Amino acid sequence: MNKELKIFGVVAFFTLLLYWGVEPFAHSQMHKHVEGHGFTYDGTADIAEASAEKKEAKTAFWADVKKIAALEGDAVAGEATFGMCMGCHMDGAGNMGGVIPPSLDHAGAIYDKNYLIALIKDPAMASNVDHKYADTMMHPMGSIKTMVTEPQDIANVVAYLKANKSAEPTAKEAFSEACARCHAMRYDKATQLGDTPTFKYKKDELAHEIKVIEEQDAVKAYMGKLPPDLSMIIRARSHHFMETFVENPQSQLAGTSMPRVGLNEAGYEKVEEYLSDIGDPSKPAREIAGPWVIGFMILFTILAYLWKSSLWRDLH
Amino acid sequence: MAHFDENAKPFSAQWLDERLAISTVRKVLAFEYWIPKNINFLWAMGMVLAATFGILVVSGIFLLMYYQPGVDTAFDSVNYLIMTEVGYGWLWRHVHGVGASLVFLIIYIHMFTGIYYGSYKRGREMIWLSGMLLFVLFSAEAFSGYMLPWGQMSYWAGMVITNLFSGGSLEAYGLVEWIRGDYVPGQAFLTRFFMLHVFLLPLVIIGGIVFHFATLRLPHVNNQDGEDFDFEEAAELYKAGKVKESKVIPFQPVFLSKDVFVMGIYFILFFYLVFYNFDFAMDPVNFDPADGLKTPAHIYPEWYFLWSYEILRPFSKDLGLIAFGIAQVIFLALPFLDRSPNVAPASKRGLFHIWFWLMLIDVLVLTFMGKLPPTDATFAFIGLVSAVLFFVLWIALPFITKIEKKL
Ligand code: HEC
Ligand code: HEC
Ligand code: HEM
Repeated sequence: MNKELKIFGVVAFFTLLLYWGVEPFAHSQMHKHVEGHGFTYDGTADIAEASAEKKEAKTAFWADVKKIAALEGDAVAGEATFGMCMGCHMDGAGNMGGVIPPSLDHAGAIYDKNYLIALIKDPAMASNVDHKYADTMMHPMGSIKTMVTEPQDIANVVAYLKANKSAEPTAKEAFSEACARCHAMRYDKATQLGDTPTFKYKKDELAHEIKVIEEQDAVKAYMGKLPPDLSMIIRARSHHFMETFVENPQSQLAGTSMPRVGLNEAGYEKVEEYLSDIGDPSKPAREIAGPWVIGFMILFTILAYLWKSSLWRDLH
Repeated sequence: MAHFDENAKPFSAQWLDERLAISTVRKVLAFEYWIPKNINFLWAMGMVLAATFGILVVSGIFLLMYYQPGVDTAFDSVNYLIMTEVGYGWLWRHVHGVGASLVFLIIYIHMFTGIYYGSYKRGREMIWLSGMLLFVLFSAEAFSGYMLPWGQMSYWAGMVITNLFSGGSLEAYGLVEWIRGDYVPGQAFLTRFFMLHVFLLPLVIIGGIVFHFATLRLPHVNNQDGEDFDFEEAAELYKAGKVKESKVIPFQPVFLSKDVFVMGIYFILFFYLVFYNFDFAMDPVNFDPADGLKTPAHIYPEWYFLWSYEILRPFSKDLGLIAFGIAQVIFLALPFLDRSPNVAPASKRGLFHIWFWLMLIDVLVLTFMGKLPPTDATFAFIGLVSAVLFFVLWIALPFITKIEKKL
């Protein structure tokens, strides 16, 4: 008995060592470590990564953002400015320079305040894709730079969003507003045009398919490639990768065309919840069934042990 | 003709016995299949393997009812249909994935147990050879199964492994295309690996297991001290009721009860992994759909092939391929390279004891290095040294066992 335990110890030791080597150790060596920054945005990473001639402009830009963030915003006064946003972000808007402007219904809840300020000040700078443009006015939302110019106006519209567009979104709403204009989700029957309706006639179905292809072509022309469908992404990437990638895509995939999205922590959690609902839907069932199956095996093992003992008792 | 009792009730024990000799069969295979008493739980690994294979077959059948072997449908049939729409589909898939990984863990434990106790020689050569045959078959089964979800790793591992058949400088691309049925892995490739995985290989494996069991029947299994004793005599003693004095126990029910207990422990671990820690068995990269235009940043095989992959990598193209080829079959030669007459645990065999642990650790180090990116100079160097050591050990084996003292 004693000897068996010793042998078991040796087998267990080597098995765990093997596991450590091919899992935690290998992964720590394979993936570069990227430090997260808690879904807050102050431009530090952007400035650090920027080329020499851009450093100064970026430093000044984020310093301005900080100043605006310190202003007291007036939500009521912000409503009028918000009207300008709705010129593009209205229901049923069409593709605009590559993508369909997302709904802003929960913008106050899912986006970080500093990020929103930066976004209105200069969308391309905020999402760290300014290197794509000779003039950041050319960004699909770039004209906002000329529409809202006063720091106080920016502070006001952000205050408005934080006051009036901050109801808690469902997991799916968060994804639709933050990611769905670029990423399809075929396991939820969603494309860049939103949920796919059911059609009575094949003709209508095909007509819709063509619209989807046209929309995807537009996104492709804007991004350089079609953003991948995210149906299984929750199992294809680690938790840490997803968090740091969404915070700052350049940190994990240098040179990628995916812009930063600017979610705050709660917003990202909602998006992740949705990705998990679609890509790993068995999680709740696993958690229910797991203890029962393992409990059964423990009981089985105890009974087997008693059986074995009764047969082996007289052998020695 | 044999005697048939007209009055025997159909399907009663007597009725069956007269037609199928079942009591004789049961005696030969179970009640009077004698197992040495002096063995530890490592001797239960064979039955654990048989049970795991059974689980792989059952879970595989459930998966097969929904899996679609098409390059456009395979990925979604596994990841959407089975994981989302099919009731408990996720359970069968995780059981199948974890089972495929654990079967190799247990095979390696089973192999190294055999090496440690010298269970591969002096009458047990055929057990060893049939076991190695099973290892090769399981490797092929695992590889073909890995192709089926048609994810990035399926595609690229399929690409890399089939490329090996070009034979380095021989440039036998015709052979590679013949194996793939196409220039690159595609529909023909997927369909044939599907056929291999769900039909031909399992069939051959079942035959292999029967053969492996048959090779055990005459030499009997070894024991913790490598002691050679008269099984007939020991069996008579047991049957005479002197169970304490006898050195053997019958397989059923006595040894079986221990097998079942060990299986119980194993299945606690098994299901813990199925429910709470399955990622190690289902590589994240394979959850990206296959894309022939986008090479993944790291291509590596499942953990159980890493050691031989690392023997391939550190050398030049042709040398690596030869080294890899030899590594695949060298364990087959073990009974013939070990020239010592002793059947005993390694701890009693002097230099062989050192050889055993060096080999185990070397294979482990090769496994670790096999997964790491080849760009790191330190790791590449450790990999090279371990690969060379692997061959040095095999070359040294006949010499150190030749000078081993007879116990
Ligand atoms: C000229 C049309 C236009 C106007 C005006 C406009 N937007 Fe946008 N907005 C867009 C487009 C197009 C996008 C998508 C950009 C992309 O994905 O690259 C967008 C994206 C956004 C996003 C998501 C950004 C991200 O990183 O995820 C927010 C939030 C947003 N706009 C808020 C506003 C607010 C607030 C205003 C008003 C102050 C506003 N927009 C005015 C066109 C506009
Ligand atoms: C304006 C378009 C756009 C938006 C909005 C967007 N993405 Fe992306 N995303 C892309 C593009 C383009 C790529 C491809 C990047 C590449 O391969 O370089 C990408 C790639 C990805 C990837 C894969 C990265 C990899 O390792 O290959 C993930 C994960 C991802 N996006 C998550 C998200 C999430 C989560 C959101 C919402 C919070 C989001 N994206 C919003 C354009 C977008
Ligand atoms: C994967 C399928 C396999 C199954 C189902 C299997 C099954 C078994 C069983 C039931 C036994 C008897 C009990 C025991 O000693 O564990 C056994 C013994 C043995 N097996 Fe296997 N085995 C498999 C693979 C292998 C492999 C890969 C090898 C090594 C090459 C191997 C080598 C041996 C040896 C040497 C013995 C005799 C042990 C002794 O005499 O002490 N087997 N096997």
